[in-house]
Amino acid sequence: MERIDILLSIVYLLLFPGFLFLFAFSLFTEYLDRKIYARIQRRVGPPFLQPFADLVKLSAKEDIVPEKAEHFMFTAAPLIGLAAIFAAFLYLPIVSTTGLHSFNGDLVVVLYLLTIPTLAMFLGGWYSGNVFGQKGGMRVASLLFSYEIPFFLALLTPALLQGSWKMADITRFEATHPLEFVVSLLGFFIGLIALQGKLERLPFDIPEAETEIVAGPLVEYSGRRLALFRLARDAEMVVGAGLIAVVFLAGPEPILPLEPVYLSWLVAALVFLLKTLFVIFLLILLKSAVARIRTDQMISFAYQWLIPLTLVQIFIAIIVRFFGGI
Amino acid sequence: MGYVKLPIGPQHPALKEPENFTITLDGERVVNVDIRIGYIHRGIEKLMETRTYTQNLYLVERICGICSYAHVYNFTQNVEEILGLQIPKRAEYIRTLFLELERLHSHFLWLGVAGHEIGFDTLFMYTWQDREVVQDLLEMISGNRVNYAMNAIGGVRRDVSQEHRKKVLESMDYLEKRAEFYKNVAINEKTILARAENVGILKPQVALRLTAVGPTARASGISVDIRKDDPYASYLDTPFEVITTDTNDVLGRVVVRVLEIVESIKIIRYLMEHLPEGDILKKAPRKIPEGESISHTEAPRGEDIHYLHSNGTEKPDRYKVRTPTLANLPATAEMLKETYLADVPIIVAAIDPCMGCMDRVLLLKDGQEKPGELISGEQLRRYGIKWYAERGWNA
Repeated sequence: MERIDILLSIVYLLLFPGFLFLFAFSLFTEYLDRKIYARIQRRVGPPFLQPFADLVKLSAKEDIVPEKAEHFMFTAAPLIGLAAIFAAFLYLPIVSTTGLHSFNGDLVVVLYLLTIPTLAMFLGGWYSGNVFGQKGGMRVASLLFSYEIPFFLALLTPALLQGSWKMADITRFEATHPLEFVVSLLGFFIGLIALQGKLERLPFDIPEAETEIVAGPLVEYSGRRLALFRLARDAEMVVGAGLIAVVFLAGPEPILPLEPVYLSWLVAALVFLLKTLFVIFLLILLKSAVARIRTDQMISFAYQWLIPLTLVQIFIAIIVRFFGGI
Repeated sequence: MGYVKLPIGPQHPALKEPENFTITLDGERVVNVDIRIGYIHRGIEKLMETRTYTQNLYLVERICGICSYAHVYNFTQNVEEILGLQIPKRAEYIRTLFLELERLHSHFLWLGVAGHEIGFDTLFMYTWQDREVVQDLLEMISGNRVNYAMNAIGGVRRDVSQEHRKKVLESMDYLEKRAEFYKNVAINEKTILARAENVGILKPQVALRLTAVGPTARASGISVDIRKDDPYASYLDTPFEVITTDTNDVLGRVVVRVLEIVESIKIIRYLMEHLPEGDILKKAPRKIPEGESISHTEAPRGEDIHYLHSNGTEKPDRYKVRTPTLANLPATAEMLKETYLADVPIIVAAIDPCMGCMDRVLLLKDGQEKPGELISGEQLRRYGIKWYAERGWNA
């Protein structure tokens, strides 16, 4: 691991491509999400700064903790969710082949960290003391496995092909072996669909189905806590899409050896952003073309289609490796 | 968790108007549904007794925001019946045009609402944009988008010009294409099928027993359509078919409505091509002789019944309205049994409920329904004073 001096890592952590960047980029993707969704629906859509304005205004609103809610858990849930996502983001390789910190197994760590917001959502809903919140929390928990298993398995395919759990190795390998993308194409699409489920977006927005259980786990949230949850949701989209871009689309690679080194970082970050935005664009397209399905339909969809297909993908990966790899 | 009681309403995003569906859930399965109405009773029937017939034209139009014209049509038909007034043929055709334009915009609106209930907001936006075409036509002819104020007792207030006819016919071509498109979407889109097929089953015998009306009944294979069964306006002249399906589910209700859009377009084309010449309004007296009349029409949501009792003055003695939603509510309770929580919004939406139009007064005591009891205004005042005094809220 190369040595970075302290000042640089603070800049990395807080400014670029750390928290501030993630914050801005999350709001930007929310803008894109809403704008493209609106344009597809022949609406005008929000102005550029709308997500930011929403966040600021929401933060200034009255923040109520219901009497029946468990105060500590109710407050902790959005913080835990947001913290986990921000932590996961630091491991993504954005400006160079590695994130802030890279080791063998960092892919698994990111996958685990990305599960935490879901749990936070469940806890927040469960402890809100509202029957809609609890119903939503139950739905979050019962749907967890239907997308989590295919998501994990699909994202492990490139790792299998390459033989390493390190994201830096995976992106390097993909940059040098473009055929790898073709082999893991199925996994890419499974990952996308599972990510859509993970982000609780249409057609899988079952836990917060507006017309059924109002807002599900978020029903009692207001003000700052709701703003945090919404920010966490946006950031989760960025990190989830970024992870898919890294694992399947080689992330910031190919990295050009430019002078000065800042320029190469900038180009790498730009490449990463474009790939992430491409993934997000696919997610938006999917969202605008479907209706919401039911809990039972989602579970049977996951177990009848997604998981078997993921196993097929893994089988393909093993075969390819057995015959000497790509 | 055991059984959970989930209050859908009176305030809930799935309901556009406040009514209460208390749903007992076992996990995601619906075990029992209690429907309670009475949250938006507006007292229009009583109010009508205090106004003249001309004023009532505008009040009756405001019973419903969507099928406003069906109500005003019923009202004028009742009054004209008692007067024995035969309105000009051209006026009859224009009234029919409005009835059908209203059905068009109501069905487009419903399609969007149904899409929204199952989370398909893109469909919602698309249909509502197409609905604007109909709204523009209505505005072009009558000057208004919702409460058209077209009818007068004895005819209509505005004529349809040559340009209007041309514009209407042009718009019909566009809407026909769109209706075809929505039909394809409804029967091919996988997620819509998943949410609509075999959901909210209403068997024909049950539909008959529970007095289902309109598209809800027609989707259960029952061929009821007042336009055919008891033709009014100029429906006797116009060729059209009664659409039925035998799937008994929400998908059937979608298909019936989409195909009815196509039929309405056919009717409007016929009306515009065969519009007779002549007057549009006959003079009617202010005072209506004593008598009674009942009128029913096929509103977009189903059979709409109006009853009028006049006493020879300028004001009605008694007016009574039964809107289709009230007739469909018992069937809704039946449809909701043994379904999933996720299906509740779309099943309720599938009858195209208009709660404000149908609401009735319920007298409740300790949360229980109890037999009605008449009290005078003075008694009510005393009761109010007592009620506040008991709580120490005296001013």
